[in-house]
Amino acid sequence: MSYCLYCHEPYSEAWSWEALIGLKQSPLLCQDCEGKLVRIKGEICRICGRDFSVFPEQYRQDDCCFDCIRWEENDTWTGILQQNRSLYVYNDYMKEMIAKLKYRGDAEVVKAFYPVVSSEFKRISRDALLVPISLSEERHYERGFNQAELLAGGLKKQVESLLKRKTHEEKQSKKTRVERLSQKENPFEVVDSLKVKGQEVILVDDVYTTGSTLRYAAKVLIEAGAKEVSSITLAR
Amino acid sequence: MRFVSLFLNNRLTIAPETLVNDSSLKAVPFFELPMVEQPPLNQTFRYDEKLQQILYGKQLLFDELSFTVDQIQLHYENGYVKYSIGISKTSNGYVCSRCGNEKSRLFAVFSCFRCKSDSCAYCRNCIMMGRVSECTPMISWCGPKVRWPLENNLLWNGELSSGQQLASQKFVEGIGSEGELLIWAVCGAGKTEVLFKGIEKALNLGLRVCIATPRTDVVLELAPRLKAVFPNSMVASYYGGSEERETKAQLVISTTHQMYRFKQAFNIMIVDEVDAFPYSYDQTLQHSVSLAVTPKHFLLYLSATPSKTMKKAAMNERLPCVKIPKRFHGFPLPVPKMVWGGEWKKRLERGKLPATFLKWLKAQAESGRRAMIFVSSVSVLEKLIELIRKEVDVPVDSVHSEDPLRKEKVIQFRNEDIQLLLTTTILERGVTVPFLDVAVFGADHDVFTESALVQIAGRSGRSKDDHDGKVLLFHYGKSLSMIQAINHIKNMNKEAGL
Ligand SMILES: [Zn+2]
Ligand SMILES: [Zn+2]
Ligand SMILES: [Zn+2]
Ligand SMILES: [Zn+2]
Repeated sequence: MSYCLYCHEPYSEAWSWEALIGLKQSPLLCQDCEGKLVRIKGEICRICGRDFSVFPEQYRQDDCCFDCIRWEENDTWTGILQQNRSLYVYNDYMKEMIAKLKYRGDAEVVKAFYPVVSSEFKRISRDALLVPISLSEERHYERGFNQAELLAGGLKKQVESLLKRKTHEEKQSKKTRVERLSQKENPFEVVDSLKVKGQEVILVDDVYTTGSTLRYAAKVLIEAGAKEVSSITLAR
Repeated sequence: MRFVSLFLNNRLTIAPETLVNDSSLKAVPFFELPMVEQPPLNQTFRYDEKLQQILYGKQLLFDELSFTVDQIQLHYENGYVKYSIGISKTSNGYVCSRCGNEKSRLFAVFSCFRCKSDSCAYCRNCIMMGRVSECTPMISWCGPKVRWPLENNLLWNGELSSGQQLASQKFVEGIGSEGELLIWAVCGAGKTEVLFKGIEKALNLGLRVCIATPRTDVVLELAPRLKAVFPNSMVASYYGGSEERETKAQLVISTTHQMYRFKQAFNIMIVDEVDAFPYSYDQTLQHSVSLAVTPKHFLLYLSATPSKTMKKAAMNERLPCVKIPKRFHGFPLPVPKMVWGGEWKKRLERGKLPATFLKWLKAQAESGRRAMIFVSSVSVLEKLIELIRKEVDVPVDSVHSEDPLRKEKVIQFRNEDIQLLLTTTILERGVTVPFLDVAVFGADHDVFTESALVQIAGRSGRSKDDHDGKVLLFHYGKSLSMIQAINHIKNMNKEAGL
């Protein structure tokens, strides 16, 4: 008998040969919780990695979504973020889980995703720098941890905290898209430019919502000399 | 968070690191501090009354208070506030002093930015109320007591039934002394009114009273009623999202969860629907109750369907008990009828309804009367509603625990915009609608325990103008629970002399 890492209900694992001989890690979530999460599979946006199966057809052009096209059309942002890949659709259940992690401070929740994170991103370049999106000092203290850093910890790879957030986060959701795009000052700065120079960087964050946070972070890294920047997030 | 220990006015004391500008002092996580004596109460200190009001009888976190660390520390130094450890190590793990959790699987460690420890342990059981970790101090009040109004007059002149009268009297007798009492009142007996006299007496003795209930809806329904009958008293409701959590209150109506925030606060604790708590009458509930009450206290349990443990305790006279077997309107409880429904599960899979059920359904639709139809699971619910819609042409809808429109649908049902409401056991309690019949589809299923069936049957016949509602149990073989529920109801009617 195991207990679900998220809802704490007892559950019995589905019996399988792979699990028995240790090929497959035992699941950390019960079937109920697992069933409420939707993995991103199949057709996705080439850039932001959004799942096209849950996205209206009229807002895409070939393999790219309109949001990404708009970003790329803007000279300031062209090619700044190479690509983003996310594991899960940001549905209500995922929202609930991330809220429990971030706002209630239940750090352990992130571990439910470790098996998927590590197997899914097994193939990422060994030389790439893994950089979590940082929180401002105040927010970091308030939360007690940085969820992006915890998530990056699941990748079994050295994590480099090379970003610093200068300004206190405002609620992104309270701003309109125009406001978000026109945000003049970049909230991030690179802590150690030397480390970044000529490197391939992979940013890690919990959610890709509008893509602006990741792009601001990518921009300072590119300006500091990074060769290219891509990102991975838990949900999109 | 981290604290430093330092000498101040010749005493060893502690202070949050952020308030001390001395880098020679070593900051350590709160739980690693040496034991220091609580500063003596400084009588001349002008304490903040708002802080007193909020903290009195509670145990809160810095994060839960709208006061600055500075202000709180000042009250600590003057002996008005106490800091205590939230998570302590035990011989085989940890214990959370807020919720009492000791299960090791409900603790976790994380690399904590507040105390810089890479394995700061925290409790996952009560995380919904904010994280308590090893480095989190719990804050409580140890200054002067809050003063309550001297006169708390009961503004109510309704009449009690003889059963209510008896129970009310027993409760009143208990006020002022230590003890326990179970009021075993049938659904529809009118238990709220039974509490009035006892609460009045308690308030006038300067005692603090809490009514704890498992459901937010009950808090929302009880609070205005109690405020109306105790207009001169300080009454507040506590539930997730409540705005009265910082108001001064001698009488608190709270959900069980919110009780975790109180510490040694209540002289009288009334536990409503004691058998319906998320974990029923178990250790978690006992623990949160035991933390929230003062060392000397009176505990009152209310239930229409007490658990086996409670009934046994009552029978052995370990737990004083008074029954209210008669409904307020004086008519007997409707006794459920068992109806053979055949292999309802198989039929459902084949897209067919049991003949007896179909016959009842058509007659019910024809009659224009409302009915609640209880089912064992969401999957049965979904199949059944489809078939019902094919058979009858009246407004039909369904609810289950995760239905976001649950509240709205119950209102629609009350307003007769829905005639037939299919539901899982989620609505077995609380919904009181006059002119209503009840059917249980697949009553032999395990989820329909004796108490569930008694509660379900208790939905019908609530009004004196329609005291004789029907309760039908469609089954594929009588279960023990069905028989026990029917006997339970018959016995209650017998005890009521009906
Ligand atoms: Zn689960
Ligand atoms: Zn895109
Ligand atoms: Zn706890
Ligand atoms: Zn800590």
